[in-house]
Amino acid sequence: MAMNGSNKVVAAQQNDPNSFAASIKDAATAAFLVGVLGFFFIGVRTDIAPGGLDLKMRWGAWIVSILVVFAGRLLLNLFVFKTDSPITRKLAGSVPGNGRLSEVGKWFMRALFAFALILPFFFMSFFPGKDRQFIDLAILIMTYIMLGWGLNIVVGLAGLLDLGYVAFYAVGAYSFALLAQYLDIGFWFALPLAGILAACWGIVLGFPVLRLRGDYLAIVTLAFGEIIRVVLLNWYEFTNGPDGISGIPKPTFFGLELKRGEGGFADFFGIAYDPIQRFVFLYYIIFILALITNFVTMRLRRLPIGRAWEALREDEIACRSLGINTRNTKLTAFSIGAMFGGFAGSFFATRQGFISPESFTFLESAIILAIVVLGGLGSQVGVVIASIVMIGGIEMLRNLGFLQQIFGSGFDPVQYRMLIFGLAMVLIMVWKPRGLISTREPSVALKEKKRIGADMVAQGEGH
Amino acid sequence: MEYFVQQLINGLTLGSIYGLIAIGYTMVYGIIGMINFAHGDVFMIGAFIALAMFLILTTVFGFAFLPVVLLIVLIVAMIFTSAWGWTVERLAYRPLRGSFRLAPLITAIGMSIVLQNFVQITQGARVKPLPPQIQGGITLMEGGPNGIAVQLSYMQIIIILTTVALMAGFTLLITRTPLGRAQRACEQDRKMAALLGINVDRTISLTFVMGAALAAVAGLMFVLLYGVIDFYIGFLAGVKAFTAAVLGGIGSLPGAMLGGLLIGLIEVFWSGYFSVEYKDVAAFSILAIVLIFLPSGLLGQPEVEKV
Repeated sequence: MAMNGSNKVVAAQQNDPNSFAASIKDAATAAFLVGVLGFFFIGVRTDIAPGGLDLKMRWGAWIVSILVVFAGRLLLNLFVFKTDSPITRKLAGSVPGNGRLSEVGKWFMRALFAFALILPFFFMSFFPGKDRQFIDLAILIMTYIMLGWGLNIVVGLAGLLDLGYVAFYAVGAYSFALLAQYLDIGFWFALPLAGILAACWGIVLGFPVLRLRGDYLAIVTLAFGEIIRVVLLNWYEFTNGPDGISGIPKPTFFGLELKRGEGGFADFFGIAYDPIQRFVFLYYIIFILALITNFVTMRLRRLPIGRAWEALREDEIACRSLGINTRNTKLTAFSIGAMFGGFAGSFFATRQGFISPESFTFLESAIILAIVVLGGLGSQVGVVIASIVMIGGIEMLRNLGFLQQIFGSGFDPVQYRMLIFGLAMVLIMVWKPRGLISTREPSVALKEKKRIGADMVAQGEGH
Repeated sequence: MEYFVQQLINGLTLGSIYGLIAIGYTMVYGIIGMINFAHGDVFMIGAFIALAMFLILTTVFGFAFLPVVLLIVLIVAMIFTSAWGWTVERLAYRPLRGSFRLAPLITAIGMSIVLQNFVQITQGARVKPLPPQIQGGITLMEGGPNGIAVQLSYMQIIIILTTVALMAGFTLLITRTPLGRAQRACEQDRKMAALLGINVDRTISLTFVMGAALAAVAGLMFVLLYGVIDFYIGFLAGVKAFTAAVLGGIGSLPGAMLGGLLIGLIEVFWSGYFSVEYKDVAAFSILAIVLIFLPSGLLGQPEVEKV
């Protein structure tokens, strides 16, 4: 009997998923898998050589990648996955609980807003050498925030999964560029026109897909986005095809151009000219545009149309039974979302001064959708956080020059941007399927508004 | 007439490749109801593995007898690509099973970005050309006064025959084996299948493995037929193969093959008679039109909506 008992203990130890041996075994499996997967990609490299393709073996890189995965997986197993007291739990303990989080979150939002308000001056006074770079990054992030908020109307509120949002961004950008080229129209006049045109395209592309839902809707919108891009690419006479349109005019400040010399902004106000002024000006334009997007969305949520969107997201059949015109509801969601995409697009055109179909690939749609979903569908703050994390984090890779000293001069962290972006998309989604902000505040409540878990909300089911 | 027949042959060849990729989409959609967005990139991975293996065999080991080389390349590419398919499912989709519908779609797009950029970093962004390996063919019709002779190349014969053989084998696998039965059971009702003792996770993994293996075959054919690959071929091929799956009726294996052939024919005839630039627009438009007017496809079962 005693023998039997000790046998059981040994067996239990062997089968214990948290034992050291199990961790080693798991890490070895992962390393083996990487060895198999990586052999033809890390271990072998084909290159164009005179007379065909040349093959180069890279055993070193292959073995290093296997060892790195083995060590990494082992450490993760020992400290996070296969231990009784994971580090992550200790870290989580230091973050205040859920009840207080909304209060903290509110203050955090206000602080973020205040920072965004003074951001250009903050960078100008504290990072005088690098202010231009930082403000440019802030403009980029702000553009994605605006696009995310625009798409949030379609996906987050109305629950229509749109994978071709970049089409409206392209329509906005090309509307302004072509209006400026053919009719010599300035930014401020073209901005509303671009928005209206994009909204019209939202209706045109929205109409055929009214009957579709879910993944099918996603794939058809993707197809529409690609069709628009291919047309822009091939309609050479009108859009200049792959060469793009250059020389797009810059925005003016009430008729004053932000340029050096007579009649410019600096000259009019009697201050010294500095090229940074143009960046600050652009930043405030996109900041105000983004705020308008947010404000309109928040107000629309309280109007009957906004409530109809959310009802549509939750249950289309119930919606129709209650007499809501689902066709018009869907089309307004498409067109309003598209309109903000169009605004952002014409801002993009004026900021770059040059556009080509290259900028409006499916990848761009995927990035915008990723920002909306990773932030937490329907959550306005989530979009801000996701934009800062994903876009800002990726752009920060450009500043990691010191890594070159470790890995040699051939190492360029910038080329890993999209790889890391994709990995982050997968990891954040697996970690928090409902997005980073996983509580929602209902738009309508009987007595008081309570935050509810995001899994109570039907999201992106695409009804 | 000669031109038409030639285009028909070319279209069928291209359609076979699309059909093989489409099977991966249709099986995954049938069993877990999601678009495996990374499947097009798994096809690209398969093409790269096939190219590398081919070069290893011919330049490092010096094999010269082409049929054996191609057979080894085919088997190796299928095995290694299957490993990729399995890993993608394990990392990105299995943890999200039972989560809301958008989550796996986002991880699928993320995986697609990861695979493309991984290949771009490790193999470089430039295209990889491979000189044509199988040359010659049968002249079906002598060139008339127009001077166009109809050629059926050996390459095209190999592609069409391999596709037919794989399809036959696959249909047997699905209809006659316990694995196929388990797959069909999971497709109908996953919970009930689990209650009856089917290992659902394993069945789903095997579905991904099978799809990836077929994508590898398509990848090898693509390398041999076009001779040029880069890290971006997966996206367009993926969208077109998905179109094929939808056109044939998603969830239906013969439908995927039929849809693939139709898409191949439409693309080739469109480029042959209208314009090459807009051939992708043709494929995308068909996708939109089919989904809007014929959502259940040609051979699919119409979906019954339960309230």
